[in-house]
Amino acid sequence: MPADTPRTPPRVSATFDRATIAEIQRAAATGIYDIRGGGAKRRLPHFDDLLFLGASMSRYPLEGYRERCGTDVVLGTRHAKTPIEIRIPITIAGMSFGALSGNAKEALGRGATIAGTSTTTGDGGMTEEERGHSRSLIYQYLPSRYGMNLRDLRRCDAIEIVIGQGAKPGGGGMLLGQKITDRVAAMRDLPPGIDQRSACRHPDWTGPDDLEIKIEELRELTGWEKPIFVKIGASRPYYDVALAVKAGADVVVLDGMQGGTAATQEVFIEHVGLPTLAAIRPAVRALQELGMHRRVQLVVSGGIRSGADVAKALALGADAVSIGTAALIALGDNAPALEAEYQALGTTAGAYDDWHEGRDPAGITTQDPALAARLDPVLGGRRLANYLAVMTMEAQAIARACGKSHLHNLEPEDMVALTMEAAAMTQLPLAGTDWYPGKAPG
Amino acid sequence: MTAATVIDLDVATVRDLNARLQALGRDSNLGPVHVRHPRGRHALAVGVSAPVDILLDGPVGYYAGGMNDGARIVIDGNAATGVAENMMAGLVRVRGDASQSAGATAHGGLLVIEGNAGARCGISLKGADIVVGGSVGHMSAFMAQSGTLVVCGDAGEALGDSLYEARLFVRGAVRSLGADCEEKPMGAAERALVAALLDRAGMAAIDAASFRCFGSARRLYHFHVDNAQAY
Ligand SMILES: Cc1cc2nc3c(=O)[nH]c(=O)nc-3n(C[C@H](O)[C@H](O)[C@H](O)COP(=O)(O)O)c2cc1C
Repeated sequence: MPADTPRTPPRVSATFDRATIAEIQRAAATGIYDIRGGGAKRRLPHFDDLLFLGASMSRYPLEGYRERCGTDVVLGTRHAKTPIEIRIPITIAGMSFGALSGNAKEALGRGATIAGTSTTTGDGGMTEEERGHSRSLIYQYLPSRYGMNLRDLRRCDAIEIVIGQGAKPGGGGMLLGQKITDRVAAMRDLPPGIDQRSACRHPDWTGPDDLEIKIEELRELTGWEKPIFVKIGASRPYYDVALAVKAGADVVVLDGMQGGTAATQEVFIEHVGLPTLAAIRPAVRALQELGMHRRVQLVVSGGIRSGADVAKALALGADAVSIGTAALIALGDNAPALEAEYQALGTTAGAYDDWHEGRDPAGITTQDPALAARLDPVLGGRRLANYLAVMTMEAQAIARACGKSHLHNLEPEDMVALTMEAAAMTQLPLAGTDWYPGKAPG
Repeated sequence: MTAATVIDLDVATVRDLNARLQALGRDSNLGPVHVRHPRGRHALAVGVSAPVDILLDGPVGYYAGGMNDGARIVIDGNAATGVAENMMAGLVRVRGDASQSAGATAHGGLLVIEGNAGARCGISLKGADIVVGGSVGHMSAFMAQSGTLVVCGDAGEALGDSLYEARLFVRGAVRSLGADCEEKPMGAAERALVAALLDRAGMAAIDAASFRCFGSARRLYHFHVDNAQAY
């Protein structure tokens, strides 16, 4: 064959792409599924697929610096004697001590408190660091019940019953041995150093009828003072929200599949659950049909990054949003300054997700005392507060442009969809039309 | 003997009852409290920290004595799901049978069930002790982390599935053991432990030497591909 004969160039399969092949090779070599932190990394329909219209002739905008645009929210007005009052509609999501270091929990509490918002415990109990530094602390009530006790139940500001998480609806917690230090083990009543498997179903109730009785018990334990949140992973939001309301929830937290996790099987993160965008409309519809929209508050999470995302979630009908991953990034996770250390771990700043391994160079997702000491909780708190302030101002800028004097006045009519998928999921008209898929003609 | 304080749930609400009991401090010296007509209501006598004697005079609903924190509660009847769930301290005694998830996640104190207990007795136990006079249902002590379950009768299927460090003692037949639960030797220390619990439960007449001991094989503590079927 002459040397200049054209040859077929090497061609990578779209089905068996490089990442797929590498994963098969890794699985064959190790016999264990891939576990990682973070949320779904694939491209999904998201808030980027929506646009605000802004004001023009038919609606007039508010003046940027002179006309007020309110941002405060009250969560838990339905039954609780002392609802949570926060200054901004952005809360800090539940992330466990165990997954996060004590300093990280403290920093989250400090940042949230400066910003006038709430933070949340996680699967592993309440630490003094976070209770001490959080003005409003939501105490999670999870299937594992690690560290669940009466004293903490009474010194929290709200209780969040976790039924599911967007990253893994239907899955239980996971914390690998490297992170089960003596302190974590003692809080969870587990032997140190083991790979902890936690349950995915609650030990003492199943289904909405039992949940109603469980909520009654929690209210009796705490004198009907504290709001009861119910957190669900987005899977069947219309039915799940309706059932949570029926069971007596004051607040429903709805977490979409982009939502972060500390450690879950990759296959679970990428293949189970609904994108956040797709889950909001059915959830709001359930509340509206029950006459409970705005009476039972809806908190949406899963991939919230900016004030635009906040404004879009609120305009679709949420009362507030919650952030996990973005809060960790604000504290210093995936910082480019740590690039050399990420390289040493076989990754790069911006892609680091082995949060379960406990070797986080930023000192956030670790229990190693030397690494954890790298995070200054005061500085971290300040950074988080800055970021929360920016998101709030961004959301206000959009709301004023739409002529709204409060973020809660944003409405679906302020938006259009950029893609057919987003239009179908949100029932917002495709940009430039008055139509969305499924809408009857005329 | 101080006269009992009587609270009649045909007159008072569950909220009244719990508010009164929860208002008592740890140093309360209130005499016995006699709760009449519980009629299967839920969440009775939950979260009580005072070392007070409470008699629930009849069958109770879900979560009776939930998160008990030091009271001595006697239920003169059957108990529904989750009796003494997440108990921190004190005593809960059920004179009849208990439904599912009795003593779920309990951290401390003693739960005595004189009759039988349903499925998942002692699920996710975190340090408390449970003594059952009769038998327990399937999946009892599932994922139990620490503490002790003593069963004077039989145990249903999958006893101690995915067990951590809790210790299980059964006098009768065990239908089957769950994943990673295995029989352990019953030595002098184990006999003494069982004897002491039977004594506290008021069942000292039962011979501690007639129990078998079960615990974690600890094979699931670190993931290994050859154990994948057990997960
Ligand atoms: C490190 C980490 C730990 C988490 N731990 C918990 C937890 O203990 N309980 C829980 O309900 N959700 C947990 N989550 C999920 C968050 O509460 C929240 O649903 C999610 O982070 C929101 O999505 P976002 O990360 O895109 O903002 C965790 C998330 C992260 C990133």
